[in-house]
Amino acid sequence: MSLVGAKVLRKEDPNLITGRGQFVDDLSPAGTAYVAFVRSNEAHGRITNVDTAEAVAMQGVLAVWTASDVADLPGLGVPGLERPLLAADKVRFVGESIAVVVAETRAQAVDAAEAVLVDIDPLPASPTIQSAIAEGAAPLDENVGANVIFMLPIEDPDIDPALAAAPRRLSTRMENNRCVPTPIETNVVLADWGPSGLTLWATHQAPHHLRNTVATYFGLAQDTTRVITPDVGGGFGAKINFTPDLFLVPALSRALRRPVKYTQTRSENVLMMYHGRAQEVDIDVGFDDDGSLLALKVDVYQDNGAYADPTGMGLPALTTTMAAGCYKIPKVAVGWKNILTNATPVAAYRGAGRPEAAFYIERIVDMVADELGLDPVEIRRRNFIPEDEFPYATHSEIAVYDSGNFAGALDELLNIMDYPALVQEKAAAIDDPTKPLLGIGFATWLEIAAFGPPGALEGFGHLASWESGQVRVQPDGSAIIYTGASPHGQGTVTTLAQIAADELGIDFDKISVRHGDTATVVQGIGTMGSRATAVAGESVKQAATKVTEKAKLIAAHLLEANPEDIEVNDDAFSVKGTPAKSVPWSEVAWKSFQNLELPEGVDPGSLESTVHNAPPNFSFPSGAYGCVVEIDKMSGDTRVRDMYLVDDCGTVINPLLAEGQVHGGVAQGIAQALYEKMEYDANGQPLTATLVDYLVPGAPDLPTYTSSRTTTVTPNNSLGAKGIGESGSVGAPPAVVNAAVDALSHLGVRHINMPLTPQKIFSLLHEGGA
Amino acid sequence: MIPAAFEYKKAGSADEAIALLTEYGDEAKLLAGGHSLLPLMKLRLARPEVLIDIGNVADLSYVREDGDHIAVGALTRHRDVERSDVLRSALPVLAHVASTVGDPQVRNRGTIGGSIVHGDPASDLPSVVLATGATLVVRGSGGQREIAAADFFVDFLETAVAADELLTEIKFPKSNGAGWSFQKFNRRAQDWAIVGATVVGGDNPGVSLVNMGSKPELSVAATEAMASGASPSDVGAAAADGAANPPEDLSANVAYRRHLARSLVERAVAEASN
Ligand SMILES: Cc1cc2nc3c(=O)[nH]c(=O)nc-3n(C[C@H](O)[C@H](O)[C@H](O)COP(=O)(O)OP(=O)(O)OC[C@H]3O[C@@H](n4cnc5c(N)ncnc54)[C@H](O)[C@@H]3O)c2cc1C
Repeated sequence: MSLVGAKVLRKEDPNLITGRGQFVDDLSPAGTAYVAFVRSNEAHGRITNVDTAEAVAMQGVLAVWTASDVADLPGLGVPGLERPLLAADKVRFVGESIAVVVAETRAQAVDAAEAVLVDIDPLPASPTIQSAIAEGAAPLDENVGANVIFMLPIEDPDIDPALAAAPRRLSTRMENNRCVPTPIETNVVLADWGPSGLTLWATHQAPHHLRNTVATYFGLAQDTTRVITPDVGGGFGAKINFTPDLFLVPALSRALRRPVKYTQTRSENVLMMYHGRAQEVDIDVGFDDDGSLLALKVDVYQDNGAYADPTGMGLPALTTTMAAGCYKIPKVAVGWKNILTNATPVAAYRGAGRPEAAFYIERIVDMVADELGLDPVEIRRRNFIPEDEFPYATHSEIAVYDSGNFAGALDELLNIMDYPALVQEKAAAIDDPTKPLLGIGFATWLEIAAFGPPGALEGFGHLASWESGQVRVQPDGSAIIYTGASPHGQGTVTTLAQIAADELGIDFDKISVRHGDTATVVQGIGTMGSRATAVAGESVKQAATKVTEKAKLIAAHLLEANPEDIEVNDDAFSVKGTPAKSVPWSEVAWKSFQNLELPEGVDPGSLESTVHNAPPNFSFPSGAYGCVVEIDKMSGDTRVRDMYLVDDCGTVINPLLAEGQVHGGVAQGIAQALYEKMEYDANGQPLTATLVDYLVPGAPDLPTYTSSRTTTVTPNNSLGAKGIGESGSVGAPPAVVNAAVDALSHLGVRHINMPLTPQKIFSLLHEGGA
Repeated sequence: MIPAAFEYKKAGSADEAIALLTEYGDEAKLLAGGHSLLPLMKLRLARPEVLIDIGNVADLSYVREDGDHIAVGALTRHRDVERSDVLRSALPVLAHVASTVGDPQVRNRGTIGGSIVHGDPASDLPSVVLATGATLVVRGSGGQREIAAADFFVDFLETAVAADELLTEIKFPKSNGAGWSFQKFNRRAQDWAIVGATVVGGDNPGVSLVNMGSKPELSVAATEAMASGASPSDVGAAAADGAANPPEDLSANVAYRRHLARSLVERAVAEASN
């Protein structure tokens, strides 16, 4: 019986729901000292004085460091644009660390941090893209002298003629709101730098990447640098990258010769963890009277925040790579600018560049349909890449779509939602004072996933792009899988065990999956970019296959049969055709360690294998989402009433977990569309710095989802799995906004930037969209 | 999220709490459910030197019928208010409003007295105190006094309770079957109100607003309009126009707030008159 495809309950859950998970903050080795930071309350300014005298003298204080104490520690990030561990002469965003205090207890550290006196001469702040690129805006980085730190101009000479030649054109500017990832677990760093090396416990998505980087940073050997990411309470991409605390805390441990721990508060998390999205875009599209898209020009403005993170700088590349979505557009040209602003640095956040792309193209398609009086379903059908044109080369060298059936997904969507009835309901609601306005929105989206082809991640500083999988059979016939993926909520322990169980023929309950420790997992890359199932899963599958082949040699020897005739099933090896002739896995495993029991040429302990799998190409999960919103005519309050979801992620390993990923992603997508935006005032003071003001919705605020699936497998791995981790966050925002615009279209509304707050919608309702 | 150091005292009774308040004066703060005070302390926006914990003063947690009114002990948790059979039949508006406060954790800890003495214009329960014309019983070293709801809320986070006084009881007039309505406009199920309104009908009508000024406010104009039999929309307009100083924030500017107040009061009056 195959476990791949089965709704298996998560192996992770019993620990987590009985409170036996181990998170970094649960760990405090003997002698641990605690950290608190002194942070900037100005968005931009010159530090004129930092007075630590009082803090140093306080009870329990072990050290108070300012920039001068870390002068020998290099800054992080992009060469020439480094982010210092502690701000030296300038601060660039509210929350930036200026000094760090270590004390015997956390309370003492917090008290002493409060006693550090900081004087800052404010400079004019540019907390938004527009203010940062405005004439005369004060440059954040005086060495660069401008806030646009990188620019890829649109150079294709054919694009403007193609647009000019199109019978009809439309130009627009849109925003993609700055979001705060808010994982349940904030950043926590515990470092113990002793005589035998450095052990670093961190809430991170890429432990080996962190180990390699920290070792290089401090000139340590990798064998004595150990990174452990125990249970990690969510990351959403914001825990892939490096923040100063990951380097400062080890440096403090080295200096103080004792373990040092930093536990970020929620208030700090909102300001310090990388934000996501934060884009604006100029789009020109050319089309004809039938709604065929002919030319598309996309120019992205990426808000990088106060310091450029390498991944953050790469976001517009991903957005523009996916600019055409699932449509066949003869001419596409793209460009972008990376821009520094006096706000929290920006990097990957669930979807990282692709939700932005899907939002833009799905909005554009609706705008074109509206312009032509076409149905949004019809215009999509007219422009889909046909099913028989895969692999499909796009305008981008990176994106060669592997497989898909966009029309099929849309058909399935219309199967599970009664579109004609909704259209009628919508029309009847407009003038019925007892009914809210109704809007119906579609998004037929696709995204790029399974980050694993050679070259995919190296540019972001990773060692490579493969993922490792190791299978080690234990003497009793159980097996331990080691994966370089570093799950933090996805359920990868369960899916990898399912995949291994099928290949090994070992009972699922006798398979453990270990991860997140550089001392035990060979080498790894991490969990990001919807890669764990497609890339790590395939390496586990291949490693398990190799182990099974070796085990068959031993079983054949014990059964006095030909290895080719051996089958494995239900924890036992048997001879094809004569099932009575069998030997249990436990016996084969036991004897695989005993010289006297092994056939010639088979070494003891050989039932293990390691595979580093790099797929030949990315995969491109896709889907068709339909959303029904209700808008309260009195208040403008906009709620999602129904959400219909058709996902195509290729082969599904575990439907429960796949659906869970979609539900979570859709929740984040609805959150971005309706609720969330990090706001700053003109001086760069955050206005949404707590979860009272930054509105993360909860379960009562979200609808029940109706979901279904279509399946086009990927040729890039033998499982056929594409990845599902980010899909919901890609597809949901355009579906919701398209629905809201539909609900207000009779008032002349053509576009609304997210989030769709009641006040914003109210003003559209009552000012007729003017 | 660690408060500044403080001294912790536990009061076993109201008298003990008053004695401690008298001893420590301005340096001390009472701690009831802690769900308003502790967040402020953790953000170090409040830093009392002494905390007098009255959370376990059991004899201040009760709901009793007492002639023409209902007496609610100041230490009664929101959850107990929400579930009180006495309130559900004799003053359903109070039980209902308590059920809309925050989430179950907040309601299990927060107390009605804490909510009222905190005096937050965005809090829900003071609007019931105002709309019903309740009386607040406070006790201090100088003895006990009663304060009318209309005189109780002084300014932003400031009430008529003196530093050495304790709110012990709230006396709500029974509703005697009069209509009522509570309207709370918020974005997430467990949020504070962006704007809210409590309306009670009957012989002594009252209209009060949540988050429409610097303190919990009775809308005098709307209450008078209602008493004179004005239409729901006129009462709504009186409430919206009568709010002297609506706050402005990311959720709502002044014009939108007034619009919400008008509509919510209109809706509430219609509901309370049914
Ligand atoms: C997440 C969250 C959501 C919330 N949502 C809502 C909401 O939707 N609506 C709403 O109305 N409220 C809400 N609240 C506030 C909640 O209702 C509080 O419990 C309440 O406002 C304060 O009551 P407390 O018992 O917790 O008071 P405490 O926090 O203990 O005290 C508050 C203040 O009152 C003083 N005090 C307390 N009791 C007395 C007394 N008997 N005599 C004199 N002074 C006293 C204290 O010294 C302190 O200054 C929320 C709180 C949280 C944390």
